[in-house]
Amino acid sequence: MSFEKFTILKSGTINVPIENIDTDQIIPARFLKTTSREGFGKNLFYDWRYDSQGKMIRSSELNENKGEKILVAGRNFGCGSSREHAAWAIYDYGFRAVISSFFADIFKNNALNNGLLPVQVSDNFLDRIFKNIGSDIIINLPERSVTIYSTGETEHFQINSYKQNCLINGFDDIEYLISCRHETENFENNRKK
Amino acid sequence: MKRTIFDKIWDAHVIKGITEGPSVLYIDRHYIHEVTSPQAFTGLEKRGLEVFRPNQTFATCDHNVPTINQHLPISDQSSRLPVEKLAENTKKHRITYFPLGDKRNGVVHIIGPELGLTTCGMTIVCGDSHTSTHGAFGNIAFGVGTSEVEMVLATQTLLQTKPRQMLIKVDGELGKGVCAKDIILYIISNLGTSAGTGYFLEFAGSTIASLSMEERMTICNMSIEMGAKGGLIAPDQITFNYLKDRDYSPKGEAWEESVKYWETLKSDVGAIYDAVYQFSAEEINPMITYGTNPGMGISVTGSIADNLKDNPSSMKALEYMGFAPGEKLIGKRIDYVFLGSCTNGRIEDFRAFASIVKGRRKHPGVIAWLVPGSKQVECQLEEEGIGDVLRKAGFEIRQPGCSACLAMNDDKIPSGKYCVSTSNRNFEGRQGPGARTLLAGPIVAAAAAINGVITDPRELSYEF
Repeated sequence: MSFEKFTILKSGTINVPIENIDTDQIIPARFLKTTSREGFGKNLFYDWRYDSQGKMIRSSELNENKGEKILVAGRNFGCGSSREHAAWAIYDYGFRAVISSFFADIFKNNALNNGLLPVQVSDNFLDRIFKNIGSDIIINLPERSVTIYSTGETEHFQINSYKQNCLINGFDDIEYLISCRHETENFENNRKK
Repeated sequence: MKRTIFDKIWDAHVIKGITEGPSVLYIDRHYIHEVTSPQAFTGLEKRGLEVFRPNQTFATCDHNVPTINQHLPISDQSSRLPVEKLAENTKKHRITYFPLGDKRNGVVHIIGPELGLTTCGMTIVCGDSHTSTHGAFGNIAFGVGTSEVEMVLATQTLLQTKPRQMLIKVDGELGKGVCAKDIILYIISNLGTSAGTGYFLEFAGSTIASLSMEERMTICNMSIEMGAKGGLIAPDQITFNYLKDRDYSPKGEAWEESVKYWETLKSDVGAIYDAVYQFSAEEINPMITYGTNPGMGISVTGSIADNLKDNPSSMKALEYMGFAPGEKLIGKRIDYVFLGSCTNGRIEDFRAFASIVKGRRKHPGVIAWLVPGSKQVECQLEEEGIGDVLRKAGFEIRQPGCSACLAMNDDKIPSGKYCVSTSNRNFEGRQGPGARTLLAGPIVAAAAAINGVITDPRELSYEF
């Protein structure tokens, strides 16, 4: 699917300083029954945002989104189930980037395939973001840098240049793979021999 | 250049590489189920594309299906719709589908190998993280997201960056009452849930080589719980014996030729890995988890580490579970037992469970859900007389599906209740909102079902 182009993002953050946040927390399995990609945002982190009676938990920071576009979370974010619904839910809720000191593989791929940028920073830098509550963060994708606006602290992050290019231009993999179909057919024919 | 088995399979499937980017990888086998495929078909249709190689994709419904009264329409509409959508999509795109009630239906990672759709040396993907299961036959098998399901449907290829490689060796003889689930829970509790991230695992060593295919699948299945891309085991005679004469396995001359190729699928002596870990089978005890990720495991007789009180994430987990640092789990009352899932829903798991409960009675305070992983397993239970053993001990056998592993159907553990579960994840709310999951193998689960409390199975006499 095509998605918004990503270049430079300046935004406030929602911070969830918990490690090993799995995709069952991001979007519980019982919300995976719809057959479209839309509308998952309202159930994002549902069991952390609502009590067992379905009442909003006021103290949950996740319920206080005032248009923040960056989610910041503890180490090993997105582990567990491969459900792409997790990336859809985060995007649909309004986030365009997730910062953590470590991402699970499948989540990272799913995020990149949906225009949601996973930014992996050092444990130390993550800690600095958590300590500077309220500061905006600037993510500069062409320069691969992330900056805490209030202090000016900056760190560079890694992303493979193919994926970087896809995000900056709003491209997805499928168009590229379709353009390779002829080579795929040749590969199949050669294997039969 | 010395190559690992992973290198050999990878090299045989790369169509081309992108400079400073990923490779285009050919996918031999694609499995789909009702949860992660509908949006992929919608995407395909929006682009006006056909399925490129419909005979390389196979479909089953498993996550949403009820485990009783499968002859009736699915009563929960929200579960019925995705299943109906799968039937519609597979029909429209000429993909083979094993619907509910079909003798080949079951949990996707159980039926693939059972039908011989999974063989050796393949690339296999599915929109499901436990696709790593198929690595047990010497395959590069991994879970993907729905966008990637769409890419495979459209092109039979994926863009992939070659992962790093990790060798995990287990040598020696397993003790009494210790099974494959204990091996993998032990490894994850030692290395942690993110140790495998960015890696593909190879399991090897004398202990691994002595395991049956069912046991090997349990181990590879949980590779993802270490964060790994996947995990594999080099195929050998045990693998070939399992695959011979399965429905879709190659036959006759094609079989002979295939085996000749499969025999070459092993890592060269001296091949280099990015990381190597070594374990001894003798140090592994029956395991159980106490927290909310699969790495939070201990020996069934052990104590929860005291120093967890210094880590807020661990304390959050313990609070959810109702446990405290330093506590022992042995003797704690439990409410539910779940035998099943793509981790432990195979015939050998039921045999192991039955070997403990034979001649005993289920504890009256325990609700037990015994869910075979497939129709074939369900039939085999009756053929082998295991069904009778279980029923005599007060157990009821349900119909195949993912069931309480992720509680997408009606099989939910109520809030606050403890469930000893043979599944793969103990995340908060995984088995239902507020449910408290204790992961274990079928032997520990059976002992808990009999005593109503967490029990060291080695204290029960049985023959296995």
